[in-house]
Amino acid sequence: MERIPILQMGEFLLVTIQVDMHDQLALTLQDDLSERISRTSARGVLIDISALDMVDSFIGRMIGTISGLSRIMDAQTVLVGMQPAVAITLVELGMNLPGVATALNVERGMKLLRDRVEHS
Amino acid sequence: MSEASSGTHPVLIEQDVVLARQLVRRLAQECGMRLIDLTKLVTAVSELARNTVVYGGGGYMDWAVVEKDLRPGVRLTFRDEGPGIPDLKLAMTDGWTSGGGLGLGLTGAKRLVDEFELETAPGEGTRVTITRWS
Repeated sequence: MERIPILQMGEFLLVTIQVDMHDQLALTLQDDLSERISRTSARGVLIDISALDMVDSFIGRMIGTISGLSRIMDAQTVLVGMQPAVAITLVELGMNLPGVATALNVERGMKLLRDRVEHS
Repeated sequence: MSEASSGTHPVLIEQDVVLARQLVRRLAQECGMRLIDLTKLVTAVSELARNTVVYGGGGYMDWAVVEKDLRPGVRLTFRDEGPGIPDLKLAMTDGWTSGGGLGLGLTGAKRLVDEFELETAPGEGTRVTITRWS
C-alpha cells in the first residue's frame, strides 16, 4: 500500500509530503501519524508541505485533525513551507486552519517546535 | 466565446480527482494563467471532482480552453447522474455538509472561480460549470 514516510528525529516526527495526495493517502497518513506518536512518545510533529502546489478542504481538514489529535496525545504540531498561492487559496476557500501552528520553513519550524515542547 | 480545444475526462474514483487536477493544471499553464489563478482553479477542481465521486457516484469532467475578447480561459463541467441535490440553498451554505466534510466544497469552489453555474434536480444528477479567465 502506498504511504507517506514518517521520519523520527529524536523526540520529533518529520513528515514531508511530496506527492499529489488522493484522499485515501491523506487518511492513511493521519492514522500512521497517530500510531507513531503513541508508539514513540514523540513530543512534536513537523509537517513540511513546501512541495504541495494545492491544499483543498480535504487536505486542510486532515492537517487540522492531525494537529488536534497530536495535542490530545501530548505532542505539538507545526506546519511549514506553505506556498503563498496555496495560502491565499486556502483562506479564500474559507479555511484559516485555526489552532494549527505554522512556520515559514523547516528551520524556523524546528525552532518553534522546540520552544513549544519546552514550555508545554 | 470560442473554443480552442476540448475533451472529456472520467471522474469515477478517487484517483481520477488527482488526474483531473493535473490535467487542469496543464490546461491553465498552456493558457498562461498566473500561478495564483491557476492554484485557485485547481483547488476548485479538486472540490468539485470529489463531489462528483463521493456524492454523484462518479461522472465526467468536460474541459475546454476558451477565449473571450482575446482573453484565454479554462471552462469545466462536472456532471454526474447521481441523486442530485435536494436542497440547493442549504448546499450552498458555508459550513453545511451532508457527508462529514467541512461543507466548504461547493461554496468554496464558487469563490475560487470567475463563473459558476449549477444545475441539479432530485434523481437526475448534478451539473456544475465553472470558468476561470487568465
